[in-house]
Amino acid sequence: MPLTDQLRDDILASVPSLRAFAISLSGNGDRADDLVQETLLRAIANIDSFQPGSNLPAWLFTILRNLFRSDYRKRRREVEDAEGNYAKTLKTQPAQNAHLEFEEFRAALDKLPQDQREALILVGASGFSYEDAAAICGCAVGTIKSRVNRARSKLSALLYVEGAEDFGPDDTVRAVIGGNGG
Amino acid sequence: MKETKKQGGLNAEIQSRIGHQLRAMYDDVVRQGVPDRFAELIRKLDDPAEAAKHLAETDEQQAAKNDGRD
Repeated sequence: MPLTDQLRDDILASVPSLRAFAISLSGNGDRADDLVQETLLRAIANIDSFQPGSNLPAWLFTILRNLFRSDYRKRRREVEDAEGNYAKTLKTQPAQNAHLEFEEFRAALDKLPQDQREALILVGASGFSYEDAAAICGCAVGTIKSRVNRARSKLSALLYVEGAEDFGPDDTVRAVIGGNGG
Repeated sequence: MKETKKQGGLNAEIQSRIGHQLRAMYDDVVRQGVPDRFAELIRKLDDPAEAAKHLAETDEQQAAKNDGRD
């Protein structure tokens, strides 16, 4: 398909969610924007292979996801170091305000295996159907469903089971866990 | 009977909270809109060949960086 003005506008309209996806995957704003830039360049360079009428956001997300995965292999060591630092932060700081709660969530998300994290983000945040998410990740729909389920239970264990013991329960969790009338 | 109900409630509460946090994190970035650098990039790329040229330049820079590191 030729690069029409309409197509250009549609690509531009996908940029905010591409950035959100990239930041959710990488946890690093600068690196995420580099990923988005390369995605846009690759999309436009290969616009001939885009099928008119097919799902443009899904096509763009597929490009970004594949770029991230090839990039990730190169940088695995850096990522592991970053995880170590996160773990240190968590041991010394109680989760008592919104910012820390956000950091804690971010850190838990980073602890998920990559397959589970991307499936959860695509379905739970980007709003793709299981079918689209499966196409983006190049796997079966059932595989996506099971990855999303495993991601949810792992996050739940990290944030609301271990978390409750390690940092002292926050009010909501304490109310729920402790709400058995004594 | 009561136990089962309570367990289900805890799980649902946690899952809804996780969903909420995930979307809050994501939507926070979506709301930032399109940064100028991307709007300009897409505006100035007139055809696929130009995008391919940019990519080749980026790859060269990356290769040079990697060479320096090794």
